[in-house]
Amino acid sequence: MTRLVAVDALWFALIACAVGGIVAPIAIARGKRQWLPFAQAAVYANFALVTIATGAMMWALATHDFSISYVAQVGSRATPLFYTVISLWGALEGSILFWAWVLALYSAIVVYTNRNRPGNLVPYAASALLIIALFFHILLVGPANPFHLVSPVPLDGPGPNPLLQNHILMAVHPPLLYLGYVGMSVPFAFAVGALLSGEAGSDGWIRLTRRWTLLAWAFLAAAIIAGMWWSYEVLGWGGYWAWDPVENASFIPFLTATAFLHSVMVQERRGMLKLWNINLVVGTFALTILGTFLTRSGIISSVHAFTQGTIGYYFLAFIAVVLIGSAILIAGNSDSLRTDGRFDAPVARESVFLLNNLLLTVFMFTVLVGTLFPLVAEAARGVKVSVGEPFFNRMTLPVIVALLFLMGVGPALPWKRGSIEDLKVKMIPGTIVGVILAAIVLLLGTRNVYGVLAFAFAGFAGTLNIGEYVIGVRARRAAHGESVLTALRRLFGANQRRYGGYVAHLGIIVVAVGIAASSTFRTEREATLKPGETMTLGKVTARLKDVWGRNEPQRDVIGATVELLAASGEPYAVLSPRMNIYPMSDQPIPTPDVRSTPFGDTYMNLMSFREDGSSATIKIINEPLVPWIWFGGGVICLGALISGWPTRRSA
Amino acid sequence: MNWRRASIAVLGAVPVIALFAWGLTRDPNEIVSPLPGRQAPTFALGVFASGEGTLARPVGDTIALDRMRGQVVVLNFWASWCLACLDEHAELSAAALRYAERPVQFVGVLYNDVAAAGTNWIARQGGQAYPSVLDPGARTAIDYGLYGVPETFVIDGAGRVVYKHIGPVSAALLRMKIDSLLAASAVAPAAPALDGPR
Repeated sequence: MTRLVAVDALWFALIACAVGGIVAPIAIARGKRQWLPFAQAAVYANFALVTIATGAMMWALATHDFSISYVAQVGSRATPLFYTVISLWGALEGSILFWAWVLALYSAIVVYTNRNRPGNLVPYAASALLIIALFFHILLVGPANPFHLVSPVPLDGPGPNPLLQNHILMAVHPPLLYLGYVGMSVPFAFAVGALLSGEAGSDGWIRLTRRWTLLAWAFLAAAIIAGMWWSYEVLGWGGYWAWDPVENASFIPFLTATAFLHSVMVQERRGMLKLWNINLVVGTFALTILGTFLTRSGIISSVHAFTQGTIGYYFLAFIAVVLIGSAILIAGNSDSLRTDGRFDAPVARESVFLLNNLLLTVFMFTVLVGTLFPLVAEAARGVKVSVGEPFFNRMTLPVIVALLFLMGVGPALPWKRGSIEDLKVKMIPGTIVGVILAAIVLLLGTRNVYGVLAFAFAGFAGTLNIGEYVIGVRARRAAHGESVLTALRRLFGANQRRYGGYVAHLGIIVVAVGIAASSTFRTEREATLKPGETMTLGKVTARLKDVWGRNEPQRDVIGATVELLAASGEPYAVLSPRMNIYPMSDQPIPTPDVRSTPFGDTYMNLMSFREDGSSATIKIINEPLVPWIWFGGGVICLGALISGWPTRRSA
Repeated sequence: MNWRRASIAVLGAVPVIALFAWGLTRDPNEIVSPLPGRQAPTFALGVFASGEGTLARPVGDTIALDRMRGQVVVLNFWASWCLACLDEHAELSAAALRYAERPVQFVGVLYNDVAAAGTNWIARQGGQAYPSVLDPGARTAIDYGLYGVPETFVIDGAGRVVYKHIGPVSAALLRMKIDSLLAASAVAPAAPALDGPR
């Protein structure tokens, strides 16, 4: 029953998307504007139908309806209800269904909020969204159908992938990622709409697109940080980023979207970079689809990759349609994307944006090439090679340091024409802070060039960005005699986009400092302890209390109780690193325990144990400033929120 | 609409799509090695973990490939930090015991690791049936073009690599490979003459 409802809903959604997707272009071409409401209705119908299908899947998961193939694949009676329901996005078919739902939701919001906008842009954009949805519906009724009938009905299932039911962040990271990834479809649809309706040269579509890009960008940033956190809390290696192809796949569109958020300001202010901006929008979307293709097709091996299947060919066809279609649209309309303004002086904010875009593009290509390198190398020379962390670190660290520098210089420069003298004066405090930070880091014993530079330029950029608030508040106090807090509040009110952007900058800087500190000052130690024995790493002294075991319905848990001792010998904290053993996996899933303080974490992992409980091997990692990364992620999102918050003025 | 520019842009997109299309036909986990069918690189390495029972070799003894002509050699590269090595450990020991009375020699090579960690690991796994050797500077691993651990090479009586396995190996698979080699050598026992010009 559930199955039939869901499958029918998906088929009707497919029909709605196919019909709705072609109605608008035909209606506009034939001059039958009275047909346009059908396209709108199709968007709403698609949302309702996909919601039914997704709801049916969640119901089936919650009620353990093993007659449905996806439930039989990821469900199990022993798994807690919460992890059962979120396994909606735990495997390929369910994640495509969830994707389709997020896309349907976005499409409905886009059409609803722009229902009164005159012109053909929104109908065309709705068409583009429906066609993208059509592609996912084809997957859902074809190679990624989660609703196959299983017969005979199994009594129980294997449960979700153990790694995916081991931590609460599994409920956070994937939805954020989909909200970010799928969100990039909206700017793309607006770009297609602008090109088809001939509005690409005007600024209207840019204003529509900017806020949507900001929203998707913020979700993507949050998703990347949440993914790092998840990896840190679950995988037990004490790291958060490994340049794995799938991590890169989420990071690459983030870079192009970041570039767009900056260069779009140059277009709005100066009428320049129109062609470039539309390319960034289309490129970002194409890169999200490429990322999905890389993860879902098995074309590149990765720890995250889903199982291989025919789905890769569908994605390939879709990427081909997107790339060729956009190439024709953009190149064919490039005459209307001529630039209106020109660069006046090298020392001006637009030049910094230009450099920032250049660096972000280089960054993006470096990561993209590194990710695709195994494929390219095999095609060219027939050998399998892959470039690992050293390549990415060596290639991207200089770019990151340069970006941090620009992040400080950009806000300090005016539009059009700045003066070197003013800039020099503004840079003094930042330079002092940067030099002091570098000196401290050197004194602490680091000889890692990029570690030192990262601290120096983070300090530089942080000071200059804070300096912008100081300058703004001072000016308001002088002009209006306001108190500091009132002045700060009105500063945000008067130019929320600009000052929100600086908040996001500060978030990035905090993340950068967290990453720099934890990668340069990380220390670790591993020791085999008998109960009562202690080990020491830096200021941390840990004593193994006992090794214990416990049976839970869905897994067996082995854990160690470890006390952290103060200088007096009194325990001040207890950590319980564990190993979870799931029936469907041969390897135990490590479950590290972390004690966080604002200045860093004590990260503890149970490496191995004697079965009689007589000893356990414990690894302790000292991770300075790691919580800053998660905190910085929050600041980035706050900045995006301030920047993009709808106001009466802009509406 | 400027169709000339549009078609140029499309020509730019085609190679990317073609690359992906071609990539889909490949298996990223399949790593081709030129070694199978060729003479195995020789080695003479010191034992650090003796093995058990009849298969044991004293610690410090040298195991050299040259001195194992006429025997099937199963060379397994492993490390104490390698998770997948846990999976294949019991299978390898079981296979080694199964062929204890036959001309088959199992050798473990510790890769990028220290002897103490290796012996600890073996103790934690409840022993290893066959001896393991140290590979200082990972020279032998480089000679064999190691991609990662675990990797297992099966070498025939004439010193040729007949099979290379990447990732955890199973006892059933080893049995298949070894049995076919033993059967072949029963028909034509250890024939160094096969080693003609290539």
